[in-house]
Amino acid sequence: MLDHPKEAVPGARYLAPGHSFGSISDKISGIITGRTPFSWFIGFLIGFSILQVLLVAIAYLLFKGTGIWGVNNPVGWGFAIINFVWWIGIGHAGTLISAILMLFRQHWRTSINRAAEAMTVFAVACAAIFPIFHTGRPWLAAYWLMPYPNTMGLWPNFRSPLIWDVFAVSTYATISIVFWYLGLIPDLATMRDRAKSPLAARLYGIFALGWRGSAIHWQRYEMASLLMAGLSTPLVLSVHTVVSFDFAVSVIPGWHATIFPPYFVAGAIYAGFAMVLTLMIPMRAIYGLHDFITERHIDNMAKVTLATGLIVFYGYCMEAFFGWYSANQFEQFMITNRMQGPYAPYYWALIFCNGVVPQLLWSKKVRTSVLPLFAVCMAVNVGMWLERFVIVVTSLHRDFLPSSWGMYYPTIWDWSTFIGTMGLFLTLFYLFIRVLPMISIFEIRTLTPAAHAKGDAHHE
Amino acid sequence: MSDIDLSAIRARLASASGPTFWRSLDEVAETPEFQQYLQREFPENAAEWSDPAGRRQFLKLMGASLALAGATACTRQPTEHIVPYVVPPEGYVPGKTQLFATAVPRDGVAEPVLAVSHHGRPIKIEPNAEHPAGGGTSRFAQASILELYDPDRSQTLTFRGEIRSWTDFVGAMAGALSAAQSNGGAGLRFLTGTVTSPTIASQLETILGIYPQARWIQYEPVGGDDVAGALGAAYGQRVAPVLKLENADVILSLDGDFMDSGAAELRYARTFAERRRLEAGGTTMNRLYMVESRTSNTGTKADHRVAVRAADVDAVARAVAAGLGVAGATAGSLPAKVTAEWVSAVVADLKAAGAKALVVAGEQQTPAVQVLAAAMNQALGAIGSTVDYIPSPAARVDGRTGTLTELVGDMSAGKVEVLVILGGNPVYDAPVDLGFADQLKKVAVRVHAGLFKDETAARCEWHVPLAHPLEAWGDLRAYDGTVTIVQPLIAPLYDTAKAPSEVLAAFGDNPAATALETLRAYWEGQFGGGSLTAPDGAAFASFDKFWRRAVHDGFVYGTAATAATIGAPSSIPAAPAAVAADALEVTFSADPTVHDGRYANNAWLQELPKPLNKITWDNVIVVSPRTAERLGLPAQRLTKYQAAVATVTLNGRSVSGPVWVQAGHPDNSVNLQLGYGRTHAGRVGTGIGYDAYRIRRSTTPWFATGVKVENTGDTYTVASTQMHFNMEQRAVVRSAPLPLYKAEPTFAQHMTHVPKYEDTLHGNEWQYDGYKWGMVIDLNACDGCNACVVACVSENNIPVVGKTQVATGREMHWLRIDRYYEGDLDSPTVHDQPLTCMQCENAPCEVVCPVAATVHSQEGLNDMVYNRCVGTRYCANNCPYKVRRFNFLLYADWDTTTLKMARNPEVTVRSRGVMEKCTYCTQRISAARITAKLEDRRVRDGEIKTACQSACPTQAITFGDLNDPESRVAKLRAEPRNYGLLEDLNTRPRTTYLAAVRNPNPVLSPEAAQVPAHGSGGHGEPSPSKSDEHGKAATAGAATH
Amino acid sequence: MSEPVLAPGLHGLMAEFNDATELVRAAKAAHAAGYRQMDAYTAAPVHGLAEALGHDDRRVQKFTFTGGVLGFCAGLGLCYWASVIEYPMNIGGRPLNSWVAFSIPTYELTILFGGLATTFGMLALCGFPQPYHPVFNVEAFRKTASSTGFFLCIEAADPHFDQASTRAFLEGLHPKAINEVNA
Repeated sequence: MLDHPKEAVPGARYLAPGHSFGSISDKISGIITGRTPFSWFIGFLIGFSILQVLLVAIAYLLFKGTGIWGVNNPVGWGFAIINFVWWIGIGHAGTLISAILMLFRQHWRTSINRAAEAMTVFAVACAAIFPIFHTGRPWLAAYWLMPYPNTMGLWPNFRSPLIWDVFAVSTYATISIVFWYLGLIPDLATMRDRAKSPLAARLYGIFALGWRGSAIHWQRYEMASLLMAGLSTPLVLSVHTVVSFDFAVSVIPGWHATIFPPYFVAGAIYAGFAMVLTLMIPMRAIYGLHDFITERHIDNMAKVTLATGLIVFYGYCMEAFFGWYSANQFEQFMITNRMQGPYAPYYWALIFCNGVVPQLLWSKKVRTSVLPLFAVCMAVNVGMWLERFVIVVTSLHRDFLPSSWGMYYPTIWDWSTFIGTMGLFLTLFYLFIRVLPMISIFEIRTLTPAAHAKGDAHHE
Repeated sequence: MSDIDLSAIRARLASASGPTFWRSLDEVAETPEFQQYLQREFPENAAEWSDPAGRRQFLKLMGASLALAGATACTRQPTEHIVPYVVPPEGYVPGKTQLFATAVPRDGVAEPVLAVSHHGRPIKIEPNAEHPAGGGTSRFAQASILELYDPDRSQTLTFRGEIRSWTDFVGAMAGALSAAQSNGGAGLRFLTGTVTSPTIASQLETILGIYPQARWIQYEPVGGDDVAGALGAAYGQRVAPVLKLENADVILSLDGDFMDSGAAELRYARTFAERRRLEAGGTTMNRLYMVESRTSNTGTKADHRVAVRAADVDAVARAVAAGLGVAGATAGSLPAKVTAEWVSAVVADLKAAGAKALVVAGEQQTPAVQVLAAAMNQALGAIGSTVDYIPSPAARVDGRTGTLTELVGDMSAGKVEVLVILGGNPVYDAPVDLGFADQLKKVAVRVHAGLFKDETAARCEWHVPLAHPLEAWGDLRAYDGTVTIVQPLIAPLYDTAKAPSEVLAAFGDNPAATALETLRAYWEGQFGGGSLTAPDGAAFASFDKFWRRAVHDGFVYGTAATAATIGAPSSIPAAPAAVAADALEVTFSADPTVHDGRYANNAWLQELPKPLNKITWDNVIVVSPRTAERLGLPAQRLTKYQAAVATVTLNGRSVSGPVWVQAGHPDNSVNLQLGYGRTHAGRVGTGIGYDAYRIRRSTTPWFATGVKVENTGDTYTVASTQMHFNMEQRAVVRSAPLPLYKAEPTFAQHMTHVPKYEDTLHGNEWQYDGYKWGMVIDLNACDGCNACVVACVSENNIPVVGKTQVATGREMHWLRIDRYYEGDLDSPTVHDQPLTCMQCENAPCEVVCPVAATVHSQEGLNDMVYNRCVGTRYCANNCPYKVRRFNFLLYADWDTTTLKMARNPEVTVRSRGVMEKCTYCTQRISAARITAKLEDRRVRDGEIKTACQSACPTQAITFGDLNDPESRVAKLRAEPRNYGLLEDLNTRPRTTYLAAVRNPNPVLSPEAAQVPAHGSGGHGEPSPSKSDEHGKAATAGAATH
Repeated sequence: MSEPVLAPGLHGLMAEFNDATELVRAAKAAHAAGYRQMDAYTAAPVHGLAEALGHDDRRVQKFTFTGGVLGFCAGLGLCYWASVIEYPMNIGGRPLNSWVAFSIPTYELTILFGGLATTFGMLALCGFPQPYHPVFNVEAFRKTASSTGFFLCIEAADPHFDQASTRAFLEGLHPKAINEVNA
């Protein structure tokens, strides 16, 4: 998608007409400086109370042990890993929007990347909880996986995908936060200058690092952003690839598949965009951001969702095809067991949510009318969770030796931990909306004529 | 929690003099709950997990509050003195274990064993191979360690529930006896289990001499002396068969589970397996025909098996006997399952084998079948060759013995004044129709001596705690009559506990005599006879020499019974009245793990998966698929661990229990296992399962018709460790009929493709030039007796997790025995496969561990480093054999003192959140390596025996150094039958299997005799014979999905 | 050339413009007039502005590259040294130098170091964090620089700077306003 040739200001069509630097600044910073809508308090309260569930669940987990969950032998991984992959996947859309779309100079990203990046950071935070607490001895796992020698001079095993996870996820978290903060600096300066209370002004000022919008700084700043985007792109692709290695590197039928990396990455972006929409649609309505998050934005995001959704669905088909084509009895059984075994309902629900429902997005009507779109996105969120459930559980519960086959039944504690992380996510996201500009102010400004010197060649 | 009266507590605390320390309101309030909690010091049991408020949680809280209490006021610990040995015990080296020859009784008969003592604590049972009846151990013997340390053991001598001293008891008995003097002890009765002990027998003989009117009754609910009784009636002498399977080419078993029940099972299992080894090019093996009324372990090894009702066995026996020309045997009508062709084929095969043939009758079969079996052996000329008939090892005093029925009669008639119950638990396990418990009330002086305060103890005035066999001196006869010395390894854990002979002494002339005195006295007398010599025939210089030798060896040489010569039977009992073909029958059998109920409180045995259905912690009502359909009983749903509950009604009495639909079980027959539904077993065994004794009658102790089975509509949770019994056409257990093996010895190796190192990414850079440990398991030998599993539990401190956890799929056994069914539902072929860590060279588990907590050792062991493990469980997921076990909760008991004594100090007690698995008994390897280093030599072949290997009765497991081409394990690995499980994954397992070979009769299964033109089915393909067998594979397991 | 006379405590002269177009034009003019020590301030990046001021800074890229290279060496070095040299172990029969597996931590560390070097390098080049800067003394700047304002500031440090003539020069560019920036 290249910019309109006739367009005087690149990307102007992604901003409602008649906006100036001033109006943009007023509108967006107003969200923070102005009155907090009542709905915010409700939402925050809900999120915060669900967060308490997480705390209780984790406390009991530490007191009793992993046995409070449904995991067993053969199904050694259950909800924890499913949720981990699900959350990490969701995060990917943020980085994708802020990095890849930036490289492609997609101006429509400007109004959504900030919130999307925030989503990334918070999703990674939620995800990070699981790999630590699902271990038998979290108090050790928290640091024994770090690359340092213990008292015996013993190092972690760099051949283990879990160690790869440690590197990939921690890098991903760090870079995401840094990139997010980088993008925030100019807006923090704006908030510094517009904050009503001196304390707020002081705080914003500290984090703005003394940004004054110098042309030289802008030049370095844009270069840095571009380079960060360039680094984040291979990173985001690698993270879910590495996560998929947790499965692909093993010997278990249903896990040991070469198709996993691309299919996981696509799934991640798919899930991520669905989640971005799930968050944007209500946010846009509540704060009346229709000028900045236009129908075009919604439409584009829906298109990306559809595209990645098709890739993912292709992945499912390939899994089934190779199950048959491999002529390997274990693979064959694995796929038949998914389709007809005790967990078949989950599999077909997944196919419905991720394969069938998104086909609605072929219609522009659905893509541009928020309620149906919101429904579709919800289906995708559920579907992507089911995908991870099917991969983790159905592959493990019946592997090579029929004698060791088993079943997995989640317990109340599995559920409360999962739902609890949603509380954490909501809490963080509501706080973010309250204290930081949820839309990148300075980038929206670049969509106005005032930001462009006429008669100068655009550097695009 | 019952309400706590706070004011009462205040009052109590106020009234208490001096500082009072209390931990919780419950304690001061002395609520029943608290008392109970104090009792509950045994977390390794089901209750822990079945009741929501787990006791460990309670202990945590209590510990916390106790700590607080401690903080408020510091108590002064009593001073304890450590006294070094002035003269250390003979041969005692600190840290080294010692072996002592002794024996553990099973139904009164000795199972010779070596007990391992560590710092004076018996911690493990090993077989006593030098003993004539030795070799291998049973699951029960292995579990006797836990029985010894069971905190529920009776610890005090009580009278009407109040604690009394031994002198009180002796005094009371003296009083009772002096009263009995007048009438010659007419009201005096002794009730014991089967007694083979010469000493005890002589004691009783003396006592019966003093009181001529007294009577001695022996009663065993299972494994009694009935066979001798039946043969005695026909042959005029009480004899019992002793099988010499090593000589048997063709065996016909009439409902005889000889490899997995009875005191001789170990010997029989070994000699049977010896004839199926097929090593070094051997191609001859014995052939077993099985006619059985349930699904027994022996039946699974049969080459031809027919399942008929117990009542129908008689008809088969007569038909075969008639075929063999046994005088007085006439063939009647055969049960539908058994064709005339089948019978004639068997007859022909037996005849052909002649003296090398053998007919075995199950102890639960009718006298007629016992006699017919003997007569057939006689007709075949097998007596002396494949079977001996020896005088029954059970002691008797002629004219002075009675039956349980007579005893109860006397009790109801009020003739019994003093009843001494020495061991045994008749109130629980006596036939229900006798009403033993009710009549017992009529006895004035009721004395019970036992290991536990059980149902009988509860109904007796006097209870004397018995010492455990590992705590007391004594002697017992083995199944072959060999006298075996029982020596204590530790002083009784509880002071008042007495040896059986000491309890009896209280009724003799010298009440103060200790067990050792009595024992020595008896044998000094015997030695006087001068008949006793050393194995080399030399006479002993002195009694002391003889005694030391006997105690050291664990048996008295030359005391094995000599075969009796039996003539023709006086008459063969007439055939019983024919039973309608569709009449429903109920059969009773000892439970495979808790036996007749005496092991009900043994958590190791409770959690041991029962051989065929892999159920733990329960007994079930076993029916065949067809019968289940007929009775409208739904099959168990193992994906949910659920089974339907049915009621079995016999003569107006009924029991309810979970239904288990068992492939291969005879139609129209319902099997109940005894030993459950205990009410006073202890915290482990009380109140689990159903009590089959409640419908077992004295007239029909083993099987009865006229039973009604109804579906109650309820469901019940059964904790089975195996959900799926179908091999799913995978080459897991590989087997072939003998003809195919002859044509294609390497058939098993062609079933999957094994990649070469060159084909792999990195190739192989690891060579093991020192030792290279490996294991080979012979699937042809294993009969799934489970002894190895308990041995492993005992050796490696494996925790018990309880029913709920097992039903969540969290059993901790490092070694499991997989059961697969093949063929049709009604008569499947059953395979056993002991499965433990394969110690793969390319271990998938190691690569994925993030913290390198599982790595390879120099000798190629797949080591598990507990203290490095953080518990990601990735290794378990990535283990294709699923042999890794995870401590999801704190399973190990860290509180109970007696259980700590049962542990093997060489093995870490694992904590919560840690992965564990089989280590090839690495502690034994290290011990041997150290000894070898000290003696500057390599470890000898066979020097290291893993726990499972040494326990195995059939010697199915072989362990050793693969680098030594002369080692037995290396030789076996070179066998054509050798194959690695899932080798196509390039895991390179160090443990491999020898494929099973069956020896069907070509006449009966011609298809098996067909040797396919192209023996090997080619890579990836199961061989022809496999695939078509698998083609129609459908099993109980599969049926339940 | 003679030292210009400086009003004490004067940082420079700041002219405010209406939009990017005017600002860029002004910047070009100032550069043409020989001014070098000057800076322009906007609330959004304006393409061509820095060039107009005669600035072209490419050091950020160098940070990224160096960081990346360091990260690569650190990653591979760590895996190799720990698994092959410092504590060699037989793990699942795999070779000590399982380079295929090691490539992943290496890859991640390359990106991590690269990213951190880029961001912190950029901040360092800009001299951030910078608690004080004279331009904030101008009220108009404080109020609008981060939202609507377009400012050009010729600094007193510039050799050509002369309070009177520079002011005259700036007025020639028709700014909205001109402010003195106190140091």
